[in-house]
Amino acid sequence: MAEATHQLGQALGQAQETGESPNRRAWLRFRDNRPAMVASVFLLGLIVLALAWPLVSSQGDVHSEAQFAAPSAGHWFGTDVHGRDLFGRVLAGARISLIVGLVGALVSLVIGVLWGATAGLLGGRWDNMMMRTVDVLYSLPSIIFVIVIITTLEGVLQGWLQSAFGGGSGETARMLLLYAGLGAVSWLTMARIVRGQVQALRERQFVEAARSLGLGTWAILWRHILPNVVGVVIVYLTLTLPAVILYESFLSYLGLGIQPPRASLGSLIAEGAAQINPIRVYWWMIVYPAGSLAALLMALNFLGDGLRDVFDPKVDKDR
Amino acid sequence: MTLYARLAKRPKWPLLYRVAGACAWFGAVSLAYFLRRVAMLVPLVLVISFLAFCLVRVAPGGPFDKERAPASPDIERNLKAKYHLDEPLWQQYLRFVGVGFEKQDGEWRAFEGGLVRGDFGPSLKYRNHSVNDIIAQGLPVSLSLGLLSFCFALGIGIPLGVWTAIRRGRWQDHVGSFFSILAVCIPAFVLGPVLIVLLGIRWPVFPVGLWGGPWHVILPAITLGTYFAGKVSRLAREGMSQALQSDFITTARAKGVSETAIVLRHALREGLLPVVTYSGPLLADLLVGSFVVENLFQIPGIGVFLVNSSINRDYTMVVGLVILYSVMLLTLNLAVDAVYGLLDKRVKYG
Repeated sequence: MAEATHQLGQALGQAQETGESPNRRAWLRFRDNRPAMVASVFLLGLIVLALAWPLVSSQGDVHSEAQFAAPSAGHWFGTDVHGRDLFGRVLAGARISLIVGLVGALVSLVIGVLWGATAGLLGGRWDNMMMRTVDVLYSLPSIIFVIVIITTLEGVLQGWLQSAFGGGSGETARMLLLYAGLGAVSWLTMARIVRGQVQALRERQFVEAARSLGLGTWAILWRHILPNVVGVVIVYLTLTLPAVILYESFLSYLGLGIQPPRASLGSLIAEGAAQINPIRVYWWMIVYPAGSLAALLMALNFLGDGLRDVFDPKVDKDR
Repeated sequence: MTLYARLAKRPKWPLLYRVAGACAWFGAVSLAYFLRRVAMLVPLVLVISFLAFCLVRVAPGGPFDKERAPASPDIERNLKAKYHLDEPLWQQYLRFVGVGFEKQDGEWRAFEGGLVRGDFGPSLKYRNHSVNDIIAQGLPVSLSLGLLSFCFALGIGIPLGVWTAIRRGRWQDHVGSFFSILAVCIPAFVLGPVLIVLLGIRWPVFPVGLWGGPWHVILPAITLGTYFAGKVSRLAREGMSQALQSDFITTARAKGVSETAIVLRHALREGLLPVVTYSGPLLADLLVGSFVVENLFQIPGIGVFLVNSSINRDYTMVVGLVILYSVMLLTLNLAVDAVYGLLDKRVKYG
């Protein structure tokens, strides 16, 4: 017992000497969460592989004679309609899904944090109005609006881009719309959470002190409030990421997302599903992309849950 | 002093009267609240319809671009005149809503049909059919698919969530939670093709495609419902574990109430509130999400029309479907709020 107390005292002393920050403690707690650690290692591996694979092999883009080849040593995941190596295609799809997910989540982050922080800081009538807007938007079928927006505005944006920059920018228009549309429908939760946090922080003494020193509203927001919201924001960013990736795959599956010859995990599943027939079963064209998407989403969910356990004070401690 | 307090304070009134008075007061307050909410729906639907109406018309191209023969300018002009697409936008919108007058054969007449009379107008792509016809044909199919998947999602999700909450921290919890996260990571368009290939073609247990008998329903309902079963079970687990830790459960345990009774009679009522909140959006999500499943299994619902008609610029159809989905979602949310008040007496409307 005395030994243990001594060790604890030593540890505390060390922590004080080395200045053990809340972030360090959070990391220590995160490290003990095995599913989250496995998930982050898997994600890191996937990201490195997806980025490095095009340097190693270009089979994913090359059309070959070997159509619909079953998985083998040469083609680990088999080949598709045009004889392209499915392993390379899946990695390329994962890369695009991750990029779209990241950018979409960042768009939602910017809108959500600005909206929530403004509402929380201004309070009163503005707060009421802004949060009512969020409530109304919550109750609308967002994905339907994304579908309508993408199918209708694509032509407009394409024409506008062509007149502004020249050259074929159809693909760019589609990508921009995907980013904007997906970000625009997934910021609502973020706004609610940030607003709650800001409202709580606003009443704290350090904010009062800053105000009495004559700091303006925006300076207070930027320098004192936002840094305190970062933890929660990161958690919900990680949880938004799989949601955006899911939306993107869904749209790509419907043919409204990434266009061939580029691939996303959703469009690969759609390609596989298009080849379903009762005579020959090309199971690898469905099982591998579907499995990859499921694995990616699971890893992101575990990571987000792990981060929430670490950062979110609402979660009870005995987990 | 409020009416309720006055009623509650009069001791000489029998209990029955007091309860009835409280119920009447509560009913009146919440009735006013819900009437206000319902009244709010009307301007909301108008705004949504206006946005959708403008949005589809901003897009380049029109509903008559993909005619079989390249239509001569005269034909196209006549077609546009027939469907009033040559009028200014505000007039078209008024005609769509059905409020206003037009000059016909020298005399003024009110618009016929329109949104206020529950008429979405003619489809521009499927000529001879009105949007109402198409919805009336497809909606029952989509609704029954959605309801079946709803039952599946709740039937699997709630027991799994409650079970993992009771066995929290033990291996049953870990296994169950793993499955519920797994389910959240396999949406319909991932699960569907896999199920078709495995259970439809490799080992032909279930028929694939079309909408015939009860056997045709099973695979689509499972495909659509699994994702939501996972979501429901996570919500149920969270709600139940919080309820099981609250003070009134400790009191019940101290009084020696059996564990079964604690779970079934006391904890469930509070623990399932998150699921109730989610069930409105869930039902709407199921109805919306069904278009992937309808596409996969060749089911004749309305989901197929949404994507097609917005690509084909079938203006009236898109606006009609957007309004339909929005109204369904808004009404469901309202219904959930009402049910919530019945389950949790602490909720006050106002």
